[in-house]
Amino acid sequence: MALSVSKHEQLIDIENISFSYGNTKVLVDVKFSISSGDFLAIIGPNGSGKTTLIRIMLGLLKPSHGKICIMGKPVGEFRDWHKIGYVPQKATHIDTLFPVSVKEVVEMGLVSSKVFPKIKKRDEEQLIKRALKYVGMQGYINQRIGNLSGGQQQRIFIARAIVNHPHILFLDEPTTGVDAEMQECFYDMLNDLNKKEGITIVLITHDIGILNKHVSQVACLNQRLVYHGTHKEFCSSGVFKEMLADGHHVITHKH
Amino acid sequence: MAIACALLGVFLILRRDAMIGHGLAHVTFAGVALGLLLHVLPLITALAVAVLTALMIVKLKEKAGIYGDTAIAIFSSVGFALGILIISLAKGFNVDLFGYLFGDILAISVSEVWLSITLAVVIFIIIIVNYHKFLFMTFDRETAKASGVKVERLDILLTILTAITVVLGMKVVGILLVSALIVIPSASGLQIASNFKYATIVSAIIAVSSVVLGLFASVYFDFPASGSIVMISFILFLLIFTVKQLRK
Repeated sequence: MALSVSKHEQLIDIENISFSYGNTKVLVDVKFSISSGDFLAIIGPNGSGKTTLIRIMLGLLKPSHGKICIMGKPVGEFRDWHKIGYVPQKATHIDTLFPVSVKEVVEMGLVSSKVFPKIKKRDEEQLIKRALKYVGMQGYINQRIGNLSGGQQQRIFIARAIVNHPHILFLDEPTTGVDAEMQECFYDMLNDLNKKEGITIVLITHDIGILNKHVSQVACLNQRLVYHGTHKEFCSSGVFKEMLADGHHVITHKH
Repeated sequence: MAIACALLGVFLILRRDAMIGHGLAHVTFAGVALGLLLHVLPLITALAVAVLTALMIVKLKEKAGIYGDTAIAIFSSVGFALGILIISLAKGFNVDLFGYLFGDILAISVSEVWLSITLAVVIFIIIIVNYHKFLFMTFDRETAKASGVKVERLDILLTILTAITVVLGMKVVGILLVSALIVIPSASGLQIASNFKYATIVSAIIAVSSVVLGLFASVYFDFPASGSIVMISFILFLLIFTVKQLRK
């Protein structure tokens, strides 16, 4: 499953992005890039534009100014969506009455590659089983997703995001509503995906504790880009100390 | 046609759009009245009006940012009002219109049968081809969009398919009852399904059974076919609901 993308190849260029909801400025002139193999944590207080930035990167929102290029192409012209995996902020806030099995949820991740190149049904089965095995949920393939716990559902959504062997995996506060023990396993799994499978991870988090353990790059937003660099530099920087002083040692939060 | 109704119904219920069939059926009334007024096959004018309204509902939801049920309620009332005005303009086709309102399966012409069969097959194929995309965007719209699924285009497609299905069903069960054929069998299937594929298959079986048993009942007891079909589908819904409650 490991990818052949060369390390440090530039995957995403964020060029002077600004965005407003009406008259409310959310992002102002944000500029940085994400390289292949990065494990990037995007941090910042509530309302700092973290989710908005990811949604712009995925083409879900149009910036009022600036440009985003994914793998060298402007996001509007980018067509290789099967190379992108996404776990949204409220993935586990699903309709529990929706009659959909774990297998069907993971299979959704193959939609972008169903037309071309054509995947044969047997190959699909293998990909689904392999993704579920990776997240430790292979025994739940025929279960209804609404019957699983929040942590288990989150694993299924990771499986859906990685079933297509993406080059980049975006996760927006994936541990919201997941207990502390499960969070540890969860971050270990992300670390494996990054180190062993070569998947570039872009993670929005409020859990500053994760920075020391797994993250290689940190981008700190507060409408503007306050900091971007390696986690080591970040931990010794004034920004980090300020955040700790402000009581930002938050593990999870709910919007 | 029953299968198309059931397949669409499952998606519409889960999208909280169950009432769109009801709304479009009311609009179809204006289309039928227009056809009778202009001496054009009412199925054609009803199709045109229903598809046009379906597009307007999607655009109104999207551009004006109003809730789907509000958009449906607006067009439903306006469609019916327009139908009443057209009837008042040209008196004399009340009897024909009665057949469209309450359904008259025996009055379907050969050309209407062929048109209906062709459209039903096309609808079925379109749903099967787009099945995974419809499922993805119904379950998780944002991630579907981020995966390259053209959700806005598929919204329009699904609504147009619903409009066509409503028009096809109106001759069998009538304008006033056609939405029941979309909603009730699918609601039954969704009660007992452990996965989505199973939900669609069970819903389709219930829809076909309702039509077949309803037609038998109408012949045997000399009941109107439309009422019989809808009542049979409701009895099946109640049976499934009761069995499910007893099993708990």
